[in-house]
Amino acid sequence: MSSEAHIRVVDLTMAYGDFVIQRDLNFTINRGDVFIIMGGSGCGKSTLLKHLIGLKSPKKGEIWFDEINFWKAPPREQEMLKRRFGVLFQSGALWSSMTLEENIALPLSEYTDLSEREVHEIASLKLALVGLAGFEQFYPSEISGGMRKRASLARAIALDPEVLFFDEPSAGLDPISSRRLDELILEIRDSLGATIVVVTHELASIFAIGNNSVFLDNESRTIIAQGDPKMLRDKSENLKVRAFLNRGKI
Amino acid sequence: MRDRLPSADEVEKQLGEAARIHRVVFASDGISGWDSGLINFLRNVIKLCNRRNIEVDNSGLPEGAQRLLKLAFAVPEEATGRHVEPPSVLKYVGEVTLDLIHGAPAMVRFIGEVTLAMGRLLRGKAQYRRSDLALVLQEAGPQALPIVSLISFLVGLILAYMGAVQLAQFGAQIYIADLVGIGMSREIGALMTGIILAGRTGAAFAAQLGTMQVNEEIDAYRTLGISPIDFLVLPRMLALILMAPLLTLYASLVGMVAGMLVAVMAFNVDMSEYYQQTLSALTMQHFLVGLSKGVVYGTLIAIAGCLRGMQCGRSASAVGKATTSAVVTAIVFIVISASLMTIMYQKLGI
Repeated sequence: MSSEAHIRVVDLTMAYGDFVIQRDLNFTINRGDVFIIMGGSGCGKSTLLKHLIGLKSPKKGEIWFDEINFWKAPPREQEMLKRRFGVLFQSGALWSSMTLEENIALPLSEYTDLSEREVHEIASLKLALVGLAGFEQFYPSEISGGMRKRASLARAIALDPEVLFFDEPSAGLDPISSRRLDELILEIRDSLGATIVVVTHELASIFAIGNNSVFLDNESRTIIAQGDPKMLRDKSENLKVRAFLNRGKI
Repeated sequence: MRDRLPSADEVEKQLGEAARIHRVVFASDGISGWDSGLINFLRNVIKLCNRRNIEVDNSGLPEGAQRLLKLAFAVPEEATGRHVEPPSVLKYVGEVTLDLIHGAPAMVRFIGEVTLAMGRLLRGKAQYRRSDLALVLQEAGPQALPIVSLISFLVGLILAYMGAVQLAQFGAQIYIADLVGIGMSREIGALMTGIILAGRTGAAFAAQLGTMQVNEEIDAYRTLGISPIDFLVLPRMLALILMAPLLTLYASLVGMVAGMLVAVMAFNVDMSEYYQQTLSALTMQHFLVGLSKGVVYGTLIAIAGCLRGMQCGRSASAVGKATTSAVVTAIVFIVISASLMTIMYQKLGI
């Protein structure tokens, strides 16, 4: 973790048509942070993630990656920037018509000059890193939900990204698989030196991995707290945030 | 609950008859067992009392029933969903019209993106996997042969029979060969192939892409900077543009064989005579007209299937809607383009 700003969100307002989801969001994610975006169901966490990964343009405001204003950058620069991201989607989003190896090999063969053999080796390595050595030729439909999440993580780290985004990584996982995934996230942060952004409302994960966070509120439709999740749990002046982080008990 | 639910109507009647009731008290001493039927009855009675400002004392109810009633009347702490009330007929018509107007630019944009992708393909810069193209070619072409064979054989048979009944009145059965040959090669072969491909392949494209949309697979391409148009739409477009004319040709030939069988078996036309008559009636131009229609229908079906798949929402029902919409759009496109091309070729004397 460092105090060097990696991602800055400035006066961001998100909307579907005229329906404003969240407004006036301002926060900074530092390099090496494990940054949690949290809030109740339906508050716009995943929508915020879509804005950060370039899938949805803001109604108003800016998103900066280092010195690049993402939504003002030319399309070519946006595409180049996206290659520095890795994304683990809530459902895994592995390409169902490809084997696990092909899923990981695709970004490698599109964006590197590696030979076919090298691509194969790197894909095997990435699968091994997430504990899926030997599953190269399996299709996503042939493995369990937890394995799909890990395979999706292997694809997300295929290009050694600078920023890794996770959308509800623990959703649908049993507690042990969920804890293993948390440990894996921290391992990857430490080994790749990546900045991690996680959308979740799983308290165990929030406290296990997060060192900074924002809390999105349903009613006021903006951020009502930000900081270290453990600090917010114990000392936040906002009762709603404390109630959320203490499972309703203040 | 197994027999029938107790009704609050009787209570309502009594409340209406009584001069002034200020308080309703429940007594459950005689109740040995109860289920959700009782809770439903109590809930209705309490709602009735609330409407008439009558105080309710439910302390005499079983403890479990009291708890369930408390839950049933609990107000949600916060509402985050967005429930949309079904619109009135007028509003619905307005919304459908606006959707059509707003949908047109999306379609034009999609066609533009596909055209650009085709340009990248020609310059060798399109991002797609050849193995995917081979797979879609296989699905759109050879795997469609059985159904194309069956339908075009039967349509050829019907066409021949319908024509022969009329022609036989003048002893002109031999002209079945002209009718079936020209009809199948210029119009019916392409039309039937188009309709089969719309229902089979176009629907499959919409369902595949729609499911990928639901599973966030298309988002995964976008976040990696890989164009889903290049990677997913382009192979499907190419496959149908290549396969539709080939299947059209095949369907025309199968239809002609069926016509010959009808003429020979039911109307005593000599097989070699029929063959010679077909050869003399058909020119390359007829086949080229049919093939050109095959290319146009194939393109339109691929556009309809891929467009609806890419526009699909994020639920299982949205995939169903996308599939239905793909087939309807494709068939409408086919019929409109068939009419326009027939008139155009007629005017040009082709």
